[in-house]
Amino acid sequence: MLSLLLILIAAFFFTGIIIRTKSIASGRKGPGIFQPIKDVNRLFKKGAVYSETTSFVFQIAPTIYFASVVMAMLVVPFGHSKGLISFNGDFIFFAYVLALGKFFSIISAMDTGSSFEGMGASREALFSMFAEPAFFVLMGSLALLTGQTSFQEIFQDLHLGSYISYALTTLATFVLVMIAMIENSRMPIDDPKTHLELTMVHEVMILDNSGFDLGLILTTGYLKFAIYGALIVNLFIGSIDYQYAIPMFFVIQFLMAVSIGLIESFMARFRMNHNAQFIVVLTSVSLLIFFGVLLMLGKFI
Amino acid sequence: MNLIISFILVIICAIIAVPFLKVKWKGVVVFSAIVINVILSGYFAVNSLLGLNYDFLFSGSYITGLIHIKIDALSAWFIIILNLIFITGGFYGLFYMKSYKNMQNKLSIHCIAFILLYGALISVCVIQNSIAFLIAWEILALSAFLTIIFENEKMATIQAGINYLIQSHISIVFLMIGFMWVAHKTGSYDFSAITQYASANNGNASIVLFLCFFVSFAIKAGLVPFHTWLPYAHPAAPSHISGIMSGVIVKIGIYGILRMLLLIKPDFITIGYFILFISIVSGLYGVMLAIIQHNLKKLLAYHSIENIGIIGIGIGIGCVGIGSGNQIIASLGFAGAMLHTLNHALFKSVLFYTAGNVYQATHTLNIEHLGGLIKKMPQTTILFLISAIAICGIPPFNGFISEFLIYTGLYQWLKDAGLFSSITVVVSVLSLVMIGGLAMLCFTKAFGIIFLGNARKTFTHEIKEVSFLQLLPIYTITFLIICIGLFPKLFLTLLYKPVALFTNIDSVSVTPFYGQAFDIMQPISIVMWIFVILIFVVYVVRQLITGKRVSPIQPTWGCGYVAPTSKLQYTASSYVKSYNKIFGMFLINSKKETEIHGIFPDKAHLETHPYDKIEKWLIDNPIRAYKSFMGRFLFLQNGKLQFYLLYGIIFIVSIICVPLFYEKFCQLIDFLKRL
Repeated sequence: MLSLLLILIAAFFFTGIIIRTKSIASGRKGPGIFQPIKDVNRLFKKGAVYSETTSFVFQIAPTIYFASVVMAMLVVPFGHSKGLISFNGDFIFFAYVLALGKFFSIISAMDTGSSFEGMGASREALFSMFAEPAFFVLMGSLALLTGQTSFQEIFQDLHLGSYISYALTTLATFVLVMIAMIENSRMPIDDPKTHLELTMVHEVMILDNSGFDLGLILTTGYLKFAIYGALIVNLFIGSIDYQYAIPMFFVIQFLMAVSIGLIESFMARFRMNHNAQFIVVLTSVSLLIFFGVLLMLGKFI
Repeated sequence: MNLIISFILVIICAIIAVPFLKVKWKGVVVFSAIVINVILSGYFAVNSLLGLNYDFLFSGSYITGLIHIKIDALSAWFIIILNLIFITGGFYGLFYMKSYKNMQNKLSIHCIAFILLYGALISVCVIQNSIAFLIAWEILALSAFLTIIFENEKMATIQAGINYLIQSHISIVFLMIGFMWVAHKTGSYDFSAITQYASANNGNASIVLFLCFFVSFAIKAGLVPFHTWLPYAHPAAPSHISGIMSGVIVKIGIYGILRMLLLIKPDFITIGYFILFISIVSGLYGVMLAIIQHNLKKLLAYHSIENIGIIGIGIGIGCVGIGSGNQIIASLGFAGAMLHTLNHALFKSVLFYTAGNVYQATHTLNIEHLGGLIKKMPQTTILFLISAIAICGIPPFNGFISEFLIYTGLYQWLKDAGLFSSITVVVSVLSLVMIGGLAMLCFTKAFGIIFLGNARKTFTHEIKEVSFLQLLPIYTITFLIICIGLFPKLFLTLLYKPVALFTNIDSVSVTPFYGQAFDIMQPISIVMWIFVILIFVVYVVRQLITGKRVSPIQPTWGCGYVAPTSKLQYTASSYVKSYNKIFGMFLINSKKETEIHGIFPDKAHLETHPYDKIEKWLIDNPIRAYKSFMGRFLFLQNGKLQFYLLYGIIFIVSIICVPLFYEKFCQLIDFLKRL
């Protein structure tokens, strides 16, 4: 329950902070932190235009996309406190329920019959396919380390004792941040602010969405960021008391938003055809974590 | 006993009746015969899932000895799957075959083969006698062959049929070797002799014996590298047969593997790793090839290979679990495998039936030619969509449940795994995730291109939805797909007995899912409900807010381009182009293209033909080598009668002379020795 509230609050600020960081880094005054929320709010009030090619799939897809992310949010824990739902193997459910949202956003892009949106759909399907193994191996190695199979138990038992475990958490943070970037189509993978349809990934998929649906999609994006941020926070808080853990949550979320803003300001997007290789690197990093865990548990001897 | 005899009598009566009936009644009679038999066999199956085991002895003949018929929980589980698919498939077939109603003789043969197929499949599940089993297996192979080649005026169909026939006979050869081996050693054809022999020769002998059976059943199941018949046979057969083939004929291979595991009880750890390895390869290879297919049914056929791989991963985990004495892993693995067997039978048959609907409406299965069917065939589209989501293993449908069980098994295994086994777990998890991701790529492609967007080709005939009665069986199966997704516990309770058959090995008396492993499904079903309700709530909220607003309908945003045609849409090939580039090394995709030249370009052309690398290496190349070797002896066959007479004379002379010479030769050696 606690995690749900915290994620909602974090999601409220997250994208605003990214945008603010970017504008400061490029020396502009920039919009306020609440601008994205205001945008979404305005979108919710607007009417929509639908393409004549589309069918009901296009209309329900944003709903399902949103619901799937909310569902994923419900299983994310916070330190001692479980998510609203917690069971053995809930991280499998987490990944698969996100996949349903992705499935629908992909087919809704195909539903418009536009070549651009088909292109975006193809890229999104491929990239997210490559990102998933990294997540599963990461969670698998943490499960191996702690001997638990649910989000909350894994994170609770994750003690930062030895130096190796610090290295592992750093790597894990890296993997999670990168997965968050891929899932949200952010900088090194995708440039959300590009203006050329041919080079977009996620943005080009939602070219035809407008009004309430577009608002839902954007909200989903904000939530997704906060969810991955919460996962990263969970790597560190373990069994720390709430009075420290909650401020830590916000500090880490803030740092993550700022670093995403900085990455986007000072880094160029990868060439599209090299993205896949880059994403596969993530899997190898998580394999590194796995071998680190094996080393820690003394299974090599 | 009486029920079994009436089961056989019903089949015989139907077969005798079919040729004399009018076209209209042939299908009806066969279907009602199947319904009667479904009730008969279902009675045994349900009872045996509830804990009653049946054992019957038929007197048999002098050759077979006593024929032992046993219906235990494992047979029962497969009989239930068979019954479900046959009753829906048969009903669908009644309507699907309407367009062929003027081919009276062909239909008779098809009907007879269909009911024989059903009878043979059920018999294979219950017979416990090698020779009777082989006979049933042969009837199964032949009747399946006859049903596949229904459209035998097409060359490709005949080729696919013969390919299937040859491979299923290779499967029979391996079976015969196994059975003869046991019969030779023990003198008995009963299946219990296999257990006897294996327990007496524990070790390498039992592993080799198991492998012998494994190869045979793997050919039927379509595990890589024994899968090559499958992608030909499925597209060639009529749609209800493809559904049944993918749904149950292929599953009989899985049944065989499970049965042999029970009978032979080989070194479970070695066998477990072996099955895991082969299944991982199958799963990945199947889905990788599925993505590049242009023919919808061929795409689905490759997905069967992938799903058999997932089932195999479950079996492999289960075996390792038994071998290492960990009952939780064993029960999770086997439960996952058996539930996925049912799940795959359900969603794959729906996919094939809807593919059949698409074929009937458009007369083509080439994905690249279709598009925008959602507006013309909305019901087919929804049914296809649900199964497509289910086959990707995404909640809230049934595919997720079985994959979740397998994942849980893997992660439970990780808990007390050593170095080697933890690496195995990670590899299996990685491949399962990859399979899921690739399946998603594949089905978003198939669904997106076929049903969404605009039509890519204009058809001269009108495209319309098939009749409601034809959709009815598909609705029924889809209902089950949703049920398993939302009430997984209900179906897992049915799996108690079949799984207990495996986990009770070594007389460890534990309940099949004990402790945590059982609680796993409780939250899942709750979560699924919450998820469904959540989607519903969000949708209602959306409707409440946006309902009154007017939404204008406009053309799709074309980036400023104002004259879009449907040809500008993304095609299936372009959708998977980047995939093709990355995975190119595993695939063969021969290309023919004319590129665009000049400022005012002329026609461009691109043609791709996906092919199977393993088929090329393991089957085509050896056959070519064999052919070229045999070609050297071609001069012997010169068509002149004199030469053939000469061969005959040489043959007779050598038969008479060789022993004589041999005798003389021996005498000579003796003589030399005496010197």
